[in-house]
Amino acid sequence: MAGSITTNNLSASFGDIRAVEGISIEIPANKVTALIGPSGCGKSTFLRCLNRMHELVPGAHASGEVIWDGKNIYAPEMDATAVRRGIGMVFQKPNPFPLMSVADNVSAGLRLAGVRKNKAAMEEIIERSLRMAALWDEVKNKLGKPGGSLSGGQQQRLCIARALAVEPDVILMDEPCSALDPASTQKIEDTIEELKSDYTIVIVTHNMQQAARVSDFTGFLLTRESGEPGRLVEHGTTSKIFTMPDRKETENYITGRFG
Amino acid sequence: MKMKTLAQDNLHHRRRQAVSRLAYLLCALSAVIAMVPLILILAYVVFKGIGALNIDFLTRLPAPVGETGGGMGNAIIGSLMLIGIAAAFGLPLGVLAGVFLAEYRSPRLSWVVRLLSDILSGVPSIIVGVFVYTVLVLTMKRFSALAGGVALAVLMLPTVARTTEEMLRMVPDALREASLALGIPRWRTIVSIVIKTAGGGILTGIMLALARIAGETAPLLFTALSSRTWPRGLDQPVASLPVQIYTYAISPYKDWHQQAWAGSLVLVLMVLILSVGSKLYFGRKIKPAR
Ligand SMILES: Nc1ncnc2c1ncn2[C@@H]1O[C@H](COP(=O)(O)OP(=O)(O)OP(=O)(O)O)[C@@H](O)[C@H]1O
Ligand SMILES: [Mg+2]
Repeated sequence: MAGSITTNNLSASFGDIRAVEGISIEIPANKVTALIGPSGCGKSTFLRCLNRMHELVPGAHASGEVIWDGKNIYAPEMDATAVRRGIGMVFQKPNPFPLMSVADNVSAGLRLAGVRKNKAAMEEIIERSLRMAALWDEVKNKLGKPGGSLSGGQQQRLCIARALAVEPDVILMDEPCSALDPASTQKIEDTIEELKSDYTIVIVTHNMQQAARVSDFTGFLLTRESGEPGRLVEHGTTSKIFTMPDRKETENYITGRFG
Repeated sequence: MKMKTLAQDNLHHRRRQAVSRLAYLLCALSAVIAMVPLILILAYVVFKGIGALNIDFLTRLPAPVGETGGGMGNAIIGSLMLIGIAAAFGLPLGVLAGVFLAEYRSPRLSWVVRLLSDILSGVPSIIVGVFVYTVLVLTMKRFSALAGGVALAVLMLPTVARTTEEMLRMVPDALREASLALGIPRWRTIVSIVIKTAGGGILTGIMLALARIAGETAPLLFTALSSRTWPRGLDQPVASLPVQIYTYAISPYKDWHQQAWAGSLVLVLMVLILSVGSKLYFGRKIKPAR
């Protein structure tokens, strides 16, 4: 059983500029939650607050609570590194370590965090992670090749395998398919479906069909006026958001009338 | 009408082509002209130096004044020793300063460090020599290999720090984020991901910095001085190729002049091996897959 995440009044800014404000949302365990909304409404910013990546941007700041597994990840005694180990992330642009081999890419999170494993155990983790990311069959004969030599779609699945290898609890995905062709997208969506039983997943996507296909819950973010921070307009089960949303704005966005 | 515009187009096209070709020629010519001094120097040094270059020259001590023969073996070893000392002090400090500038973005302190390093890189090397003379030679009451090495270390510091910084900055932030998002600690990310990715470039920069200080003469006159024996320790004066070349070149003896040329040839070869070798080696080096 993976953990759930609850945010309370979460706000984030870049310097003096508020990007998102007052977001309170429950992200249930072992479910896929999709975040949708027009470009610039703060989906990435919000997502990066969930594993303390936001604070890496110079001048960036977050306030409010993010309760993961009963603990506020922004509490002073929480260690950002430990939070990130438990809440993994897949980025929009595939970013494998280009010079590291495929196998080393997968094991990097364990090796570089100081986890000692014997060779056989490490190889098993590498294979299992690659299988979960639906990449094993394509790369099993080139585990020694540099990660940068794979195709874009393969690189993204390598990044998923890399995130899985450290056995996180939650996986955050920021438009993981936006750089990919339909076949690779299909593979990644299948992967997400598989992962649900072991992980809690949050996925940002611009693709309504994708949100409808893969997610159980959906949250809709919106910047009501330019210059305003993005806010959570509504959230609920995906079937409800897509068939009978409570808010007019949500309906307009989903039916493609703006955004 | 139609014909005319076509003809005009054609003319324009030809003119553009001619201008472009001329620009290309000028650039190529400038590049060649810029290379001429280098090639002349190399050719001249080889021409003058090759005659006196032999095993004795590379392995023997200088002959006493008035006797013929002998070599610059001690100066070659001495130069390597000075470069080694300089590297021992200059590399860790320079690389760490570069890492600090690139990775720990602390605006105010970075500004100060960057300013100091810019100033330092503009200080004439003879001044650095005088400085180390006052600080080390006067307090130790003797010229020494250590003082020479420290002077060279000071000279290479800004180059190493700034090249390291630039190379690290070329590593995309996406890689840092990828690593941090895996729960890899910051220092480990810097060492194993960022520095490793930038490694080839940093090493090339280091080699170039070493090549640069290998030929420094002025600061050594105040620090390492010179010696006609094999190096006897860190706290003793030591011979070096540039100083030996200088001494021999201004002497009145014909065979010393010849040896100065041979010494120059050795020095140029050392520098070439360092710079060209590092370019070739690290330029195409990719971390071998395991
Ligand atoms: N590094 C940054 N510095 C300053 N402002 C930023 C930075 N990154 C994002 N912003 C601002 O924060 C707001 C939210 O950006 P964010 O990237 O979270 O939007 P998004 O919903 O992910 O958009 P998209 O769908 O286009 O990816 C935007 O107004 C953006 O201009
Ligand atoms: Mg985004």
